[in-house]
Amino acid sequence: MSFPLLTATAVLPALGAVATAAVPAARRTAAKWLALLVSLATLVLAAVVAVRFEPGGARYQLTETYEWIPAFGVRWELGVDGIGVALLLLTALLIPFIVLAGWHDADPSPSSPPRSSGGHPKENANNRWRPTQGFFALILMVEAMVILSFEATDVFLFYIFFEAMLIPMYFLIGGFGDRAHQGGEEAAATQRSYAAVKFLLYNLAGGLIMLAAVIGLYVAAGSFSLPDIVAARASGELEMGTNTERLLFLGFFLAFAVKAPLWPLHTWLPNAMGEATAPVAVLITAVVDKVGTFAMLRFCLGLFPEASKWATPVVLVLALVSIVYGALLAVGQRDIKRLVAYASISHFGFIILGIFVMTSQGQSGATLYMVNHGISTAALMLVAGFLISRRGSRLIADYGGVQKVAPVLAGTFLVGGLATLSLPGLAPFVSEFLVLVGAFARYPVVGVVATFGIVLAALYTLVLYQRTMTGPVKPELAKLPDLRVRELAVVAPLIALLIFLGVYPKPLTDLVNPAVRHTMSDVQEHDPEPEVEAAK
Amino acid sequence: MENLIAPLIAAPLLGAAVLLCGGRRLDKAGHWIGTALAVASFVLGAVLFAGLLGRGAEDRTLVQHLFSWIPVEGFQADVAFRLDQLSMTFVLLITGVGSLIHVYSIGYMEHDERRRRFFGYLNLFLAAMLILVLADNYLLLYLGWEGVGLASYLLIGFWQHKPSAATAAKKAFLVNRVGDMGLSIAIMLMFTTFGTFAFTPVLGSVGETGEGTLTAIALMLLLAACGKSAQVPLQSWLGDAMEGPTPVSALIHAATMVTAGVYLIVRSGAIFNAAPDAQLVVTVVGAVTLIFGAIVGCAKDDIKKALAGSTMSQIGYMVLAAGLGPIGYAVAIMHLVTHGFFKAGLFLGAGSVMHGMNDEVDMRRYGGLRKYMPVTFVTFGLGYLAIIGFPGLSGFFSKDLIIESAFAKGGVQGWILGTVTLVGAGITAFYMTRVMLMTFFGEERWRNLPAASPDAPDVEPAADHGGVPHPHESPKVMTVPMIVLAFGSVFAGAFFGIGERFVHWLEPVTAYEHGHPPVSALTVTAATVTVMVIGVGLAWLQYGRRPVPVVAPRGSLLTRAARRDLLQDDFNHVVLVRGGEHLTRSLVYVDHTLVDGVVNGTAAGVGGLSSRMRRLQNGFARSYAVSMFGGTALLVAATLLMRAV
Repeated sequence: MSFPLLTATAVLPALGAVATAAVPAARRTAAKWLALLVSLATLVLAAVVAVRFEPGGARYQLTETYEWIPAFGVRWELGVDGIGVALLLLTALLIPFIVLAGWHDADPSPSSPPRSSGGHPKENANNRWRPTQGFFALILMVEAMVILSFEATDVFLFYIFFEAMLIPMYFLIGGFGDRAHQGGEEAAATQRSYAAVKFLLYNLAGGLIMLAAVIGLYVAAGSFSLPDIVAARASGELEMGTNTERLLFLGFFLAFAVKAPLWPLHTWLPNAMGEATAPVAVLITAVVDKVGTFAMLRFCLGLFPEASKWATPVVLVLALVSIVYGALLAVGQRDIKRLVAYASISHFGFIILGIFVMTSQGQSGATLYMVNHGISTAALMLVAGFLISRRGSRLIADYGGVQKVAPVLAGTFLVGGLATLSLPGLAPFVSEFLVLVGAFARYPVVGVVATFGIVLAALYTLVLYQRTMTGPVKPELAKLPDLRVRELAVVAPLIALLIFLGVYPKPLTDLVNPAVRHTMSDVQEHDPEPEVEAAK
Repeated sequence: MENLIAPLIAAPLLGAAVLLCGGRRLDKAGHWIGTALAVASFVLGAVLFAGLLGRGAEDRTLVQHLFSWIPVEGFQADVAFRLDQLSMTFVLLITGVGSLIHVYSIGYMEHDERRRRFFGYLNLFLAAMLILVLADNYLLLYLGWEGVGLASYLLIGFWQHKPSAATAAKKAFLVNRVGDMGLSIAIMLMFTTFGTFAFTPVLGSVGETGEGTLTAIALMLLLAACGKSAQVPLQSWLGDAMEGPTPVSALIHAATMVTAGVYLIVRSGAIFNAAPDAQLVVTVVGAVTLIFGAIVGCAKDDIKKALAGSTMSQIGYMVLAAGLGPIGYAVAIMHLVTHGFFKAGLFLGAGSVMHGMNDEVDMRRYGGLRKYMPVTFVTFGLGYLAIIGFPGLSGFFSKDLIIESAFAKGGVQGWILGTVTLVGAGITAFYMTRVMLMTFFGEERWRNLPAASPDAPDVEPAADHGGVPHPHESPKVMTVPMIVLAFGSVFAGAFFGIGERFVHWLEPVTAYEHGHPPVSALTVTAATVTVMVIGVGLAWLQYGRRPVPVVAPRGSLLTRAARRDLLQDDFNHVVLVRGGEHLTRSLVYVDHTLVDGVVNGTAAGVGGLSSRMRRLQNGFARSYAVSMFGGTALLVAATLLMRAV
């Protein structure tokens, strides 16, 4: 038996989480370093997966299958396609940056007593309480579960991790909120717990519906194995009634649409991203939410191709609404982090649009978009977090003239913003343009409406930059320090990556293209032919 | 030889990277590095130009394919560059004028602590502009297109601590984004029509598709051109862009970037030729803008804004010419190049004046400066003569050709367009004479400026910039580039025009048709000169014979409207800004109450969650969430058991 590489990519951070949590209370710094090392080692494993993966080869590679609950046909069945590898890489890549960016986020503040964490009782104020260890352990735990969701090819196995990651996420949001709150510590705690519970309830509700659909699928197909079901459906062995398929599709789709999130199921995201610390906000939008869009592509389209096509018009309209609505709301925000959250909602609209227009360009674009949005949001949000931690406020109005006192911080913030507005030459442009072209090729009107998103994106990004970074320096900011070495170490590689993938995205497209071909054949769609076969 | 194209672009790109990431240790040498790389790029361009001249006229296209940019099923975008006569012309203009302006900036920005960064941005601009004109497909062109937009944004807002500069920069980027939408849609249309957006296959298979599609593509390209070239209705950003340092106004907002729209239309000539309706719209946009800009130029007291109105108007000429089809393409580009010389020269002259006048921009506070700044006066004067079309100078040749071509369109359209261009020439002569007289002639109004008084709160006190100015000539590093550009303003037109050298050079790319104006060319020329003389005379009557008041008179309704850029911003403010603010504000409210409420309410209806949601704030919530999760787990277990039994 060969080495179970995929399992290892998840077991390593999971074990790392346990080890980090077990570090004694006095050794906070050791726990941080341990978490960083584990996340880097996971990145190395993910890189090994990417190298071992052959883009032209079988659809699912590095597969592992173990019997788990034979009575119900649930198997520990893992495998990755190009899309899975891309997202695995994204996750493994971002976690070290999240850890590094959150280095001091869970330090017990000297003035106030240790903050309560999620479900733990507050009176736990003795020195056995270890928030720092907990914070980093939870991040690693989320990483393990997200990675397993990208790798699971057993529907039930996927469901378990899809749901289980809510628990560590809930504690991360509820227990380690942003210290910058204008209403003081008490208001912050209330807001935080509201955000955490809202996050949990929305996602659990989606998950419950999905659970019913998962069971329904088992009843209909007699198996939880994604490759088996897809093959059986393609060969005609497995017939599924139209209504059954549609109902099952809806069950899956709703859960993913909450997680992604799609309008009008999005309202939990601004709360969660606003109240969480910046690194946790990045974890939510750049990593965890990607499971939702990934699952649409893999499970909705793969398992229920006909129902997916049936639902396409509605999904496209909702995606368009998300794009425009998210952007407009971002324009109206007064809070930096909520602004980024609404921008993300707009971007998720693009991803879902790309998936459901059912063209190669759209789906390749959507996959690239997941990766690029992860990197660009991380860059923007983490710099925003550095800024917020300096001033202790999330309100845009509390800033002004930062570029004068902290030019490097302002410069990196601008690059993150330019990536968010999809400036050509930076990675998000590639994916956004592919989605737009893919949409336009099949539905010109949809493509044109989505294009309005690029104007609005420029609006919210540049207004944010103008209000925070330019103009006369606010007196409170006169002593604002520029980026420190640790912070620069977080941002610089992300920016380098944004430029590299904007100029040379070929490594990524090579990985993704074959997987998209498979998905397109799952849904039995062909790209629209050009009107004129232009002389090449 | 084509291997030199990439280094040509790479030189300024390297400069930008080094200067922007290099940090303070490069502060001392930054401007030299930036200038050296700009000059290097120009030298490479000259070498390539010599190489092209050594080839036959039909064999002057070089293509350098670097790598595949975005390879996706059915979609191919390459990083590939094409050098032909059209792009060569632009390369020389961009790197040539660009290098001169780098040199000038060494002096102009000497006392700015962020000079290194300024040169980094200038280099970035050069690289992006070169990508724009050298790209071999529309998507790569788009990269350059937005790249120059970024450089323009950074440079307009270079003095970011001034809120007006930051606002102007944002406005320029946003208005341009509206244009960019047009370019994206045009590229998408090309993709669905031709399956590609590389120049050769698209422009070569225009005949195989319907006029409707081509008209749509052409109109979208025009929208893009309007944004970048500040044509009506996307003109509003250019005046504000004068907030940037003056060398930027000279290079980006006069000589090169703003002409990118003309390049786009001429490059896509094959599409426009097959879409006559779109061509008509192009000429109308050009005609409207050339009058619009000229009127605004007449009313502005800020020397840079007057020149910006003029730029808008002159690009209107080019766009109009480009809308005429093969009669006009080469002519448009010729005017673009001569305009590049004289307008860059005029802006540098304006910068030199400001340099000697404590950064004062209000021409009503100038006067009689010719004695104090002789070199600036002479070079500015030559640029002035060139732009009004004084016989024998550059503008005379190129503008005259446009007027002829406009008449040659034929029919009523020809008469209308021809008349508009003629009238425009008259107004040009008027507003430029006004600038000239107010700045260099008349009494020295800067000696006795009014003190601040409560009666006229709009009037800036003289002490604003440090007392009475001591006008002086600028250092050599600034005047030499002005002298070089003045040479271009004087001789380029004749060099290009005599023997139709320029037109023949471009003909293989743009094609060329001789127009047949309904009246003889000589009549047109005579009319142009007459109109010019009238314009100069009227301006002299108003600003030469009579003293210029230091505080602007109230003026007629039209004057007041023109001072406010013909109310463009008032219109935008009422329609877009206010409307948008209301929309976003109400949406924020809707999201907070309605969407959130409905979703929560639905959930409550379905699952009886409402009472629990209400308890969210009071601490039971956590236990509820845990119990709900426990419930889920139980449900899973139960269902699976049922299944197993």
